[in-house]
Amino acid sequence: MAEIRVPTLGESVTEATIGKWFKKPGDAVAVDEPLVELETDKVTIEVPAPAAGVLGDIAAKEGDTVAVGAVLGRIKEGAGAAPAKAAAQPAPPSAAPAPPKPAAAAPAPLAPSVRKLAAETGMDAAAVAGTGKDGRVTKGDMLAAIERAASQPTPVPQSAAAVQVRAPSPADDAAREERVKMTRLRQTIARRLKDAQNTAAMLTTFNEVDMGHVMALRSQYRDLFEKKHGVKLGFMGFFVRACVQALKEIPAVNAEIDGTDIIYKNYYHIGIAVGTERGLVVPVVRDCDLKSLAEIEKAIADFGRRARDGALKIEEMQGGTFTITNGGIYGSLMSTPILNAPQSGILGMHKIQDRPMVVTGKVEVRPMMYLALSYDHRIVDGREAVTFLVRVKECLEEPARLVLDL
Amino acid sequence: MAYDLIVIGSGPGGYVCAIRAAQLGMKTAVVEKWATFGGTCLNVGCIPSKAMLNASELYEEAEHKFGEMGIKVGKPAADLAAMLKYKEAGVDGNVKGVAYLFKKNKIETFHGAGRIAALGKVEVKADDGKTEVLETKNIVIATGSDVAGLPGITIDEKRVVSSTGALDLPGVPKKLLIVGAGIIGLELGSVWRRLGAEVLIVEFLDHILPGIDREVANQFHRMLQKQGLTFKLSSKVAAVDTSGKTLKVKVEPAAGGVDAKTLEADIVLVAIGRVPYTAGLNLEGVGVQKDNRGRIMVDTHYRSSVAGIYAIGDVIAGPMLAHKAEEEGVAVAEILAGQAGHVNYDVIPNVVYTYPEIASVGKTEEELKAANVSYNVGKFPFTANGRAKVNLTTEGFVKILADAKTDRVLGVHILGPDAGNMIGEAAIAMEFGASSEDIARTCHAHPTLTEAIKEAALAVAKRAINF
Repeated sequence: MAEIRVPTLGESVTEATIGKWFKKPGDAVAVDEPLVELETDKVTIEVPAPAAGVLGDIAAKEGDTVAVGAVLGRIKEGAGAAPAKAAAQPAPPSAAPAPPKPAAAAPAPLAPSVRKLAAETGMDAAAVAGTGKDGRVTKGDMLAAIERAASQPTPVPQSAAAVQVRAPSPADDAAREERVKMTRLRQTIARRLKDAQNTAAMLTTFNEVDMGHVMALRSQYRDLFEKKHGVKLGFMGFFVRACVQALKEIPAVNAEIDGTDIIYKNYYHIGIAVGTERGLVVPVVRDCDLKSLAEIEKAIADFGRRARDGALKIEEMQGGTFTITNGGIYGSLMSTPILNAPQSGILGMHKIQDRPMVVTGKVEVRPMMYLALSYDHRIVDGREAVTFLVRVKECLEEPARLVLDL
Repeated sequence: MAYDLIVIGSGPGGYVCAIRAAQLGMKTAVVEKWATFGGTCLNVGCIPSKAMLNASELYEEAEHKFGEMGIKVGKPAADLAAMLKYKEAGVDGNVKGVAYLFKKNKIETFHGAGRIAALGKVEVKADDGKTEVLETKNIVIATGSDVAGLPGITIDEKRVVSSTGALDLPGVPKKLLIVGAGIIGLELGSVWRRLGAEVLIVEFLDHILPGIDREVANQFHRMLQKQGLTFKLSSKVAAVDTSGKTLKVKVEPAAGGVDAKTLEADIVLVAIGRVPYTAGLNLEGVGVQKDNRGRIMVDTHYRSSVAGIYAIGDVIAGPMLAHKAEEEGVAVAEILAGQAGHVNYDVIPNVVYTYPEIASVGKTEEELKAANVSYNVGKFPFTANGRAKVNLTTEGFVKILADAKTDRVLGVHILGPDAGNMIGEAAIAMEFGASSEDIARTCHAHPTLTEAIKEAALAVAKRAINF
């Protein structure tokens, strides 16, 4: 009998939500076969079977919140004959020994009206002070709490998303609505984006870059590069190198605020935003100043693949100092990215589009891209932000600068 | 050897208090003046009256409803002597039950009149004159109440009777005049009307059942009139002349004046209420204070003005109801044991065991209006309840009053069949601070009369299904 436990999930991650069980009690499992999916604030991971055998009882249902180290279920020995027998006996999930939450006493069941209001408004009945018998929450308590929450927008940052009161839809429309629980990843994205907006003095500066030179370089060396390094020569490597160049010159964009201090980072971990089915994730390419363009391209390609498979590790998404996001792959011509807090800068790439440009007194068709830099004006001055973006533009229009360190 | 607790009186307050105290480990004794335990309620009140109400209601049903349901029994006959025996058997079973419970809980019992001789000393004087002094740490006075009399009218329990005599009439009176249209008057009036008496009820106020939600009382008044009871409201009985073969009752307008009439009756029932009974306890001697209505004054822990002496039930303020006394009995026993005993006076049900019954808990519309509370009303008639329809008992309705803002249930009033049994659900809901929506969202079995409660709760939000 082997216990299936929640693995260590990385720094600052203490709990996870059960996403999906791939196996039912009674199913035969091989060692290291994925059993269950856990969603955390940062990543979705699969828990593999610690031993071969038959999945016995399941201690945590889908949607349950479990702490690191909690028992998820058990694997019984014996694969062959077991499934039939195990399937015959009903799985007793209620008999699971350790309840996932460390609640001391089971709270009193909520009144039907309270349950309904909680489901409809997102108001957490457990957070409402009850005036009923033994402190139970009454419908009146809920209505008062909802009214309070509605009259003070974003009273507490942590529940800002949850406490929004939705006006009921007309019955006709309500029947055609679907209510879906936000995944933990989505909740985290929502919270972090809003936190960033609430915290930073965020604004965006724009520029444009003539991509002709990079494109020419790329078409010239594409085959050679791929042959030697085993990875396609893309644009991202150039952008990462250009940003590192600019960050070295404007250190404030690579810094963060900690209380009343500014922390300047003399290392360059660049986050690359990747859109996946589950939402946005930002894996981090470390020490980009020490990596060759090929190494950077390789790292990004690998991240992209694993992000789509949901196979990124938590530590791979931590510690970034600056972020690049590319809305261009979806066709965006211009956008104002939101900072990836606590970072102070994020570069937005966009679609390359042929546009008429005046080049040395003549109108020429050039492949142009708008660039956007959103920055935290608290520590980055306008001059610094604009200079940063101009430097990025220059490095891309004259790639020789990257070699010459200009 | 000293007791931890001596309870004087073994009515619903006293006997329940003694049992709870014994459960909590107190050495407990009960002093009872009467030959049997159980006080007014079990001997001459709630229990025997329910026996007579039950028997007479079935008699009436057999006479008027059986035919409609296809049961042929001929004309039923009431054998009053046998009915009284049935009533006595019911009383006997109940009072013996209390004696058994005392024994089971190792509570010592003393027959005789209790008198608080001094602090911690209860003197018991038996019928044969022998006295005995018991020592105790605490005393709970649970001596209950006695019939309130009318000035100038002597109750002989033969022709001028209280509820006690009215439950034991040897024959059905031709004319029964009842003074007081309260619960006792209406219940006993119903019993004797069903058994064949001509019943006239004289009430001082301009409406029946004071304290009951007025809409309920008014509708019920009309039902009783249809059943054959006659009323004289805003009137008072000034005198009863007992010299002749029939009683001559002088009835005057409540305001007094010239319109006095003399009415004839075979029996006069005085049912104008009850007064606290503390005679012979020596309260003055030990310094226990009473208010201007003769009730023992207690604090929220049922402590009288004298340390170690407590009082519960009809001898203190509040509604004179057996179940209120029981709750207080439990609370005082728990307080004496160091627990947090408490009675929620906002949730004490009140039942009138007539046909149909009236049961209510919480506030009436009149009380809410007086307190300036804004509320919503949900009403549902039994004519729209499937079970009531097939039972041929469609009289009445359920009315729920809920706070306009919080939807909390503030009062539930049921006029209808089996209302007394149904009010328990409302009491539990209110005890837990339920909203009308909570009741409406609780599944009720079909087909039952209780669905009317759910529908009334739905009606608070104007979404009753079956009406």
